[in-house]
Amino acid sequence: MLRYALKRLGSLAISLIVASLVIFACIEVIPGDPASFMLGINAQPDTVAALREELGLNASLATRYLSWVTGMLSGDFGTSYTYRSPVAEIIGDRLWISLPLALIALGLTVLIAFPVGILAATKRGSWADMSVMGATQLGIAIPNFWFAMLMVLLFSINLRWFSAGGFPGWENPLAALKALTLPAIALALPQASILARVMRSALLDTLSEDYIRTCRAKGLTQRQALWRHALRNAMIPVLTIIGLQFSFLLAGAIIIENVFYLPGLGRLVFQAISQRDLIMVESVVFLLVFAVIMVNFAVDLAYAWVDPRLRGRS
Amino acid sequence: MRNLTFGLILTTIFAIGALVSFAWTPYDVTVLEIANKLKPPTAAHWFGTDHFGRDIFSMIMVGARTSIAVAIVAVVIGMGLGVPLGLAAAARKGSLLDEVIMRGNDLIFAFPSLLIAILITAIFGPSAVNAIIAIGIFNIPVFARLTRGAALSLWTRDYVLAARVAGKGATRISVEHILPNVANLLIVQGTIQFSLGILAEAALSYVGLGAQPPTPSWGRMLADAQTLIALAPHVALFPGFAILLTVLGLNLAGDGLRDVLDPKLRVLR
Repeated sequence: MLRYALKRLGSLAISLIVASLVIFACIEVIPGDPASFMLGINAQPDTVAALREELGLNASLATRYLSWVTGMLSGDFGTSYTYRSPVAEIIGDRLWISLPLALIALGLTVLIAFPVGILAATKRGSWADMSVMGATQLGIAIPNFWFAMLMVLLFSINLRWFSAGGFPGWENPLAALKALTLPAIALALPQASILARVMRSALLDTLSEDYIRTCRAKGLTQRQALWRHALRNAMIPVLTIIGLQFSFLLAGAIIIENVFYLPGLGRLVFQAISQRDLIMVESVVFLLVFAVIMVNFAVDLAYAWVDPRLRGRS
Repeated sequence: MRNLTFGLILTTIFAIGALVSFAWTPYDVTVLEIANKLKPPTAAHWFGTDHFGRDIFSMIMVGARTSIAVAIVAVVIGMGLGVPLGLAAAARKGSLLDEVIMRGNDLIFAFPSLLIAILITAIFGPSAVNAIIAIGIFNIPVFARLTRGAALSLWTRDYVLAARVAGKGATRISVEHILPNVANLLIVQGTIQFSLGILAEAALSYVGLGAQPPTPSWGRMLADAQTLIALAPHVALFPGFAILLTVLGLNLAGDGLRDVLDPKLRVLR
């Protein structure tokens, strides 16, 4: 297990380095000088030159890359060109909306998908199974941001149960949770549909295994066989999908934030693009990619822990 | 079989709508008629009009063009690059080439297509072409992995051994024996990526990273409708249903195709 973990740690480091290089290279080729953008069109050439110097834009590529990476390692993401305050601080503030949103959505996804998937698998072919399959087919096809708009129309505009958007801040946790409820449901619905289908088919696969028949022959009821043996073995594909889904939820949060006017990472990155705030775009994108890579790493380790057979393969 | 039929019917309706829109639409989508704005559905305007008085039915027809074109080209990019990479990786299993291709795939997987789109837009500015590239790049590892996985099991077959004994090289075997046998699998996956592409294009256009005005696109129509939803819900309903039904149609067609081609797929998976 330790050897496997070390090996995965090595490829994790390489992935992170390559990802940071790719993002840095992309941002480098962007046309437009941030210094002249910040100072406006009437700026004097020497003022622009001074600001370029101050921002460190005159240093060589390698120096800038290294200072960006070493800065990030020590928690210093640089200074935003437009906000004139530390990027880490701004991202930290916004993260307190996007991350809880993604996590609540992930929780909802699992809470919906597990019972529904298990129900469909155990009652295979029944009307319950058929309606689950039909509903999840719709859930997968519906664009989540449109579903979000429909919920706003129903719950905010017609029923007035929720506000249509905005975020009151975490000082009032209940109000904050309420503001994140509709966005989280919108994010969770398509993912829950996918996960419920994966759960169903994984469970159907394991339920037809010989060891389940053996369990039944030994006198366990179908229910006991399911909870003690089948479910645990069906978890491998389910875990994989949950890992992948977290990255979709984080990225999807960027879109859903737009529907509900939530001041999270998504709105931050779109503003940063239009204002040529390169260091901000760079940092947010890297942070998201970092999160995805780390989650995949954690999922890989979780597998190896659940299923020792997987440790041998890479 | 029922899935396949229903899926194909839905998909065909939208494909025909998109094709017809090149020659004819009920109204011109570039003409603004402010006096006629936000009209609910009537006999003259089946789906009503938007905030500029444009006919929503016509816009959905033209929007289908954008969605379908973006998604198809993205699938072609994904297949065109991913399949050869997957074939090459399988032919040289365990080699440095295989390792580089697979790790490259992992890396692209770490960038959700939306992040790729954000990076590309930050560099080149928003446009439909950039949306295609972003979705296409994301499709590459999907096809590369699928092809490699399926090809690996085929390389152990006797007919491949026979071809090697007959003196065929790895490239010729890949093209003549492996590719035809993974084609079914690729068609099914292509349908699924096609539907994902339509969803991704809609999402990108919705946040302003996709097709730019005046090109109508379903995602942009929804973005415009968002502030009007209390006033004129129909503006938000129809483009959403268009996306939902197209994606549903493609998914059902994909599932149906998989069932039809199943005996072979079961061996490969």
